Amino acid sequence: MTLAEAPSETPSEQALEAHFEATIARNDRIEPRDWMPEGYRRTLVRQIAQHAHSEIIGMQPEGNWITRAPSLRRKAILLAKVQDEAGHGLYLYSAAETLGVSRTELIELLISGRQKYSSIFNYPTLSYADVGTIGWLVDGAAICNQVPLCRTSYGPYGRAMIRVCKEESFHQRQGYELLMTMMRGTDEQRAMVQESVDRFWWPALMMFGPPDADSPNTAQSMAWGIKRNTNDELRQKFVDMSVPQAEALGVTLPDPELRWNEERGQHDFGQPDWEEFMQGVKGNGPCNAQRMAHRRRAHEDGAWVREAATAYAAKQRGASA
Amino acid sequence: MTEHIHTSPEDEHESAYSGLLVNDAHWAFGTDFEDPLAGVDTTIPDGVDAATLATYALMLGDDSLVMSHRISEWTSNAPDLEDDIALSNIALDLLGQARLLLARAAKADESIVPRLPEGSPAPPEDALAFFREAHQLRNVRLAELVNGDFAEATVRVLLFSVWRLALFERLRESRDHVLAAVAAKGVKELAYHRDYAARWFVTLAHGTDESRRRLLTAYDALWPLWPELFDTHPVEAAAAEAGVGVDPATVREAAEGVLDQVLAAADIERSEAPRRSGVLGRTGRDGMHGEPLSRMLAEMQSVARAHPMGQW
Repeated sequence: MTLAEAPSETPSEQALEAHFEATIARNDRIEPRDWMPEGYRRTLVRQIAQHAHSEIIGMQPEGNWITRAPSLRRKAILLAKVQDEAGHGLYLYSAAETLGVSRTELIELLISGRQKYSSIFNYPTLSYADVGTIGWLVDGAAICNQVPLCRTSYGPYGRAMIRVCKEESFHQRQGYELLMTMMRGTDEQRAMVQESVDRFWWPALMMFGPPDADSPNTAQSMAWGIKRNTNDELRQKFVDMSVPQAEALGVTLPDPELRWNEERGQHDFGQPDWEEFMQGVKGNGPCNAQRMAHRRRAHEDGAWVREAATAYAAKQRGASA
Repeated sequence: MTEHIHTSPEDEHESAYSGLLVNDAHWAFGTDFEDPLAGVDTTIPDGVDAATLATYALMLGDDSLVMSHRISEWTSNAPDLEDDIALSNIALDLLGQARLLLARAAKADESIVPRLPEGSPAPPEDALAFFREAHQLRNVRLAELVNGDFAEATVRVLLFSVWRLALFERLRESRDHVLAAVAAKGVKELAYHRDYAARWFVTLAHGTDESRRRLLTAYDALWPLWPELFDTHPVEAAAAEAGVGVDPATVREAAEGVLDQVLAAADIERSEAPRRSGVLGRTGRDGMHGEPLSRMLAEMQSVARAHPMGQW
């Protein structure tokens, strides 16, 4: 039932909240015109915007290799992938706009450093193998995080995520396929793949966020149905899924504690360096300054173009009025 | 009661990451090298000189290879997300054309393909793209310029696509099946590129004083390279004579007619800037380029050349 179908007299805040809670409890979706608690709206805007920003910043580490892709086919695949990320950014910003905040405002928040993006993109891409590793591990981890979001309680976000996940899963396969192909190549190529996996494995595990005990927002987000699994649950799932893939690929995951636990029916594994993670979150990671400077420069370089488009549109409206 | 609109836990999306090791049909695109000319009739038409056809295809292929590369440098740098996507799209279309044309060139005359170490798995299109020196590239100089601001990109894409579209409209009649097919597909792509650039050209012309100033600067800077697009190289003359190619001089009127419409809508006069000369009379089609091309190739070819035996 939507608000439009509710009794015509203005319902009390309490009744609205009860209606909202009931919708969440039924696993139904909240839609843009529905009443929602301010905290729910704020959390969603933050989460969706952060996700959109991550897509936009995420264009940089892979974009770094477009001009050096070693075959025309790989160049086409990489260009198309980075283009998809811009597309994801677009529809996530659109989903956020349904909550009453504009893309322009959100981009200002990113540029000014008041909103975050995923710390994984503050790691550098140092060889062409990184393009494959990002597809396999980083997109893989993103999918683990995002698949449950297809069922998130906020309708526009959930629907955007369905499309994002399908494309991410395609990217993951392409990344894995690149690594597979390189492993069939020369010794140098195999070494390049292993070195890349060594660098990205731990940062990929960090993508699920701090351990549950240190994740203050998780409980409320789960209660509201924004989040569907805890950080540690998803991290475990990712590790369990990655181990056989690493074996099939012929690479070693750089974790001496990684082993199958018969009793749990899951893998035991070590912890990433959470201090390094925190440094990245605070802006001190290896590429934070570079990524932000790039985005700021591109945004500022484009200001006169956006102003021209606005001015031209206004003149057109004036002429037709 | 409303229907439950959320997706069920058993939904396919839940298992989106479980199929990585499964080689199913949905994974057909983007895996393994596919011959871009698979299934196309690549026999050389009667009476056509193989070397002429190959060099002609190489010229058109190099135009798109180099132009695509420059436009791809815009990715993550455009003024807005929509333009980032549009420019990547243009780069992708041109890259697709380059692959087909380089593959066509190699198929017509294998002797133009650089020799790689015995056993190198690089396909001919990559040998041509990544293992030639700047002087072996046959692209027009307009394609290779170092990128400027968005006005420069707008004017460059406009000039390039107006010219190439006029060529491709005629190339659809080529006696060579591959060139005719590339042109037929390319016409649709180039029409989009031209419309995208023309829209921005008019927008920037009438937007703000700043945008008009930048547009005019870019237009004056690029116009000197416009006449070169319509020079007839002996290879183009021979290809046209044989019925496989188009003499660019013969599409000048059509191209300028289109350009004049855009200029009129933008309220901008045809530029008076004189054409840029070559070196001892030689220009892009002769393999005589500006300084930045070798730098661009050094970057583009770096990984491929470091691993001539590599599998990608």
